[in-house]
Amino acid sequence: MDNFIQAKDLKFSFTDNYSEKPVKNEVLKNISLNIERGSFVALLGHNGSGKSTLAKCFNAIYLPEGGKVYVNGMDTAEEKNLMDIRRSAGMVFQDPDNQIVATIVEEDVAFALENLGVEPAEIRRRVDDSLKTVGMYEYRMHAPHRLSGGQKQRVAIAGILAMQPECILLDEPTAMLDPQGRREVMETIKKLNRENGVTIVLITHYMDEAAQADRVVVIDDGEIILDSAPKQVFSQVQTMKNLGLDVPQATELAYRLSKAGYDMPADILYEDECVQAIARLLKG
Amino acid sequence: MLKDITIGQFFPGSSAVHKMDARVKLVLTIVFIVMLFSAKGMAGLCVCIAFTLLIFAISRIPPAMMLKSLKPIAPLVLITALLNIFFVKDGDKLFEWKFILITDKGIDTAVFMVVRIICLIVGSSLLTYTTSPIDITDAIERLLGPLKRVKFPVHELAMIMTIALRFIPTLIEETDKIISAQKARGSELDTGTLTEKVKGMLPIFIPLFASSFRRADELAVAMECRCYHGGEGRTRMKQMKAGRRDVFGCIFTAVFFAAVIAVNILTK
Repeated sequence: MDNFIQAKDLKFSFTDNYSEKPVKNEVLKNISLNIERGSFVALLGHNGSGKSTLAKCFNAIYLPEGGKVYVNGMDTAEEKNLMDIRRSAGMVFQDPDNQIVATIVEEDVAFALENLGVEPAEIRRRVDDSLKTVGMYEYRMHAPHRLSGGQKQRVAIAGILAMQPECILLDEPTAMLDPQGRREVMETIKKLNRENGVTIVLITHYMDEAAQADRVVVIDDGEIILDSAPKQVFSQVQTMKNLGLDVPQATELAYRLSKAGYDMPADILYEDECVQAIARLLKG
Repeated sequence: MLKDITIGQFFPGSSAVHKMDARVKLVLTIVFIVMLFSAKGMAGLCVCIAFTLLIFAISRIPPAMMLKSLKPIAPLVLITALLNIFFVKDGDKLFEWKFILITDKGIDTAVFMVVRIICLIVGSSLLTYTTSPIDITDAIERLLGPLKRVKFPVHELAMIMTIALRFIPTLIEETDKIISAQKARGSELDTGTLTEKVKGMLPIFIPLFASSFRRADELAVAMECRCYHGGEGRTRMKQMKAGRRDVFGCIFTAVFFAAVIAVNILTK
């Protein structure tokens, strides 16, 4: 399978200009990562680990200081690729309020297409399609501030989707939502990945969400620590805990049971797996 | 509670006035103001009143709204009336006591001025009643379009207005939260002398400003992610098209304007 995003020896740092001596803070240290077309990758790491910065390098918001990032074969460092890169790798942020530009839902979804200079009739068609995909078509004439958090975030996703990107980067899209909103957004993301073949890079703090990805990449202090399928990553409960990260609740329960001497498999991710394992144990 | 505010005073509807092109409405509103000020006497003004009432009727805006639009300018109307009554000295004496002198001309001018201001406000508020803020912004952007040639930042201005409109409810909600948070920390916001009250606002404004800057930063990145690069090469989903209705509106206004001028000449 070919790689949609390729990062080679990526380096990035922030300079703190406010302290007396400018301090260079290395955020990303030699990151090499390939993201396959059509995959669903979760990026994990505690605050300040560099995961958001990494995602912003993937659509040329930040440019690498060392190494290269290629998006769909295009070098992010080249100015002429900028619009094509941002069109093919859209990004959704944490606070839906801060990414909605217009005062009417459908106008907001049209924003990116208007920027790209798409024909009005084509904009109309794509706006309607994207709103239907995220299930917000009935709300197209509403004012964004009257929607719930989950609905707003789905509008934000529709705004990106309208560009027909091959990849969507989501930076903690569910962090500010209630459980209902989180469920709505996760369903939308999974649907886009499965049905529309959109490559997904999801940054999250919720391990249950990460467990739904095909691949989990754990970053700590600007370096990739673990990179594998969710089952392999989360079975290393102790490593995750040392990094200041949690594991899904079902995994945690299984881990504690096996520590207490019960015979539980180490690669439990989902509730139903956990239930079955415990049932087996009780019958046993 | 604060969340339910309506932005501007848009009153959604489906009347002929609502459906008119916002650009045409904007231009006609300016024409209407010129018409008002070219009316020389009460007779001319009566034509303007008839015009305003007719449009109001066509737009099916509840008459109560007319009064509502006048409320904020009531003091201005009152001052205008009083100034004219007391300070116009020519004409026939009606009442005199010490330094107070009221003449019939004074009363006439006062009535004329008051009616003109009321007409002005009621007529121009029809624009904001029948047109959404977004449409007005769009109309301004398109009408000022030619100024782009002389490097006037038309698109940028329109974008600023759109974003301001978009963030008013968000910031109001935020202010609400900050007020509650400060109250929970024991700040007294509605007691004390005026200076104390003003000082009490400080802990509300500082967090509000801080968070506005953070929001602005995030919004800028989000806009860049959606390929925003200024007004160049931008298209719009909604195309504004002036139709038969707009031509009719122009003719309608022109007829009344002609009537005002005719009345001016006849009553000279």
